[in-house]
Amino acid sequence: MTATAESTRKQRRSSKKPRRSDRTKAEIRLGWLLAGPAFFVMLAVTAYPIAQATFDSLFSFRLTAPDERSFVFLDNYILLFSDGLFWRIFGVTLLITVVTVAVELVLGFALALVMHRALKSLRGALRTAILVPYGIITVVSAFAWYYMFDINSGFVNNWFSWVPGIDSDLDWFSNFGTAITVIMASEIWKTTPFIALLLLAGLAQVPDELVEAARVDGATKVQQFTRVIIPNMKAAIMVAVLFRALDAFRIFDNVFIMTGGDANTEVLALLAYRQSISRLEIGLGSAVSVVLFICVLLLCLLAVKGFRVDLASGTDSSGGKKQGGK
Amino acid sequence: MAGSKGLTGRQKLGWAVVSVVVLVYALFPVAAIFANSFKTQADLGNPSFWPRNWTLTHYEMIFVGGAQELFLTSLRNSIGITLIATFVAVVLATLCAYAIARLNFPGKRIILGAALAVSIFPVISVVTPLFNLWRTIGLYDTWPGLIIPYLSLTLPISIWTLSAFFRQIPWELEQAAQVDGATQWQAFRKAIVPLAAPGVFTTAILAFFIAWNDFVYGISLTSTEAARPVPAALAFFQGASQFEEPTGAISAAAIVVTIPVVVLVLLFQRRIVSGLTQGAVKG
Repeated sequence: MTATAESTRKQRRSSKKPRRSDRTKAEIRLGWLLAGPAFFVMLAVTAYPIAQATFDSLFSFRLTAPDERSFVFLDNYILLFSDGLFWRIFGVTLLITVVTVAVELVLGFALALVMHRALKSLRGALRTAILVPYGIITVVSAFAWYYMFDINSGFVNNWFSWVPGIDSDLDWFSNFGTAITVIMASEIWKTTPFIALLLLAGLAQVPDELVEAARVDGATKVQQFTRVIIPNMKAAIMVAVLFRALDAFRIFDNVFIMTGGDANTEVLALLAYRQSISRLEIGLGSAVSVVLFICVLLLCLLAVKGFRVDLASGTDSSGGKKQGGK
Repeated sequence: MAGSKGLTGRQKLGWAVVSVVVLVYALFPVAAIFANSFKTQADLGNPSFWPRNWTLTHYEMIFVGGAQELFLTSLRNSIGITLIATFVAVVLATLCAYAIARLNFPGKRIILGAALAVSIFPVISVVTPLFNLWRTIGLYDTWPGLIIPYLSLTLPISIWTLSAFFRQIPWELEQAAQVDGATQWQAFRKAIVPLAAPGVFTTAILAFFIAWNDFVYGISLTSTEAARPVPAALAFFQGASQFEEPTGAISAAAIVVTIPVVVLVLLFQRRIVSGLTQGAVKG
């Protein structure tokens, strides 16, 4: 899409005026003059810090004892990887990522189908409603869910006391299973709208004629959905899942507010925070940061290579479709 | 409502049920914390959803009472830092996206790729080195100390969304205006700016949401009320006595910072959706 748009533009331009090399040069200069600041600011606030973190992670370095800084090469990483605690935290992070993305995909699809099929008059109201969780501050969402389940001020224990296992003495945040459930519920509530809107854009790309043709050929509703609609919006699904997975892997706010990592709910981002900001162990904290960064990178590479998610085209085509649809 | 005539009674009922389910899903947690913010301290200890006695105590506490300093300064920090970070990002991104949409120069794909890479970047990974650096050069616990890292959140989505918007602008209009006798500046101002403005505005809303939502930078790179934004400040609320949970005050503060979000959503629902799906970068 980008390539075709660019090439037609190029053709148009070159057919109008013969390109001269100084004109081209001026265009390149202007292009970088305009785009350069944004580009370099982006690099400065991310590439530089991650390089610094990689460097720092090779040292034993506490801010409380800055003079005792010493080069330890990979010791910080060895310490991490040989600690069972790290692997448990890694597992919890992975669990949250897998469960939330799976649930969000199902819920998001349901929401997207509802909005897709809804009458015009209803569609606006529904979209407005689901944009509230999207726009709300994650910390606010965390507090809202925390207070709902809180043993003192929450109403959930009271409302659901008929469910086996739930009674007024149940402290949701004192053990792993229940605490992680509420954490994930908050995460899912807040981010499902994002997935739903991406899927809605994907749904709009499926040609109506295809679905109609399948219907005429006698396909059931389920068949229409699994055989026609889903394959035709694979790109949108992949992009939505990948973005959410990368985001879920960095989960921090909900855990910080609800349990602070207690009840074994600690996640990688919280570990990095506690090492460097709370304990001022810059060396070890940097190592955790680098590991987290590499995990996200691997997840992304896996998706792009393994599932052939073309992030750029996926984002682009939904934009292009919007234009066509109008 | 011409379309609804075609619906049978059962279908109408079905849509009504579905709509109520979606509305409850979307608004229930907000309603819960809204109810909390009006409960008396006694009501907060009992498990009913709505307050038995409605009270404004908690709002008084955060605006004129004991939590005033903590909340109002953090609110001022949040508004100032978020607006500046949004403004800077949108200005830089507008120039960048204009170049990407209009000009032919090598490196376009690199810039878009970099924006994508930055948007998936784990914030916590850059916090440690920034924490250390900011302490050394004196940016720790200051406004610029947050505005600069916020750009890593707001710039990528702004560049993607604006590039998508700008690609759709019929730039020929500019030439057409010039043929009709307008100067280049007039052509740009009269023909292009009105078409580009909605995209820029939508992008600003999305960038605002992201910066407003930040917690990791806010809690890691501040230590006092000098720069601490609201999400981070919520973690520091204390009850009136040490035996009292600050539930009510936190809920009231949470509702106050949710108001701008709700207002923006109500006013610009359509634009936000189109911006999100066009840029499609995580918000």
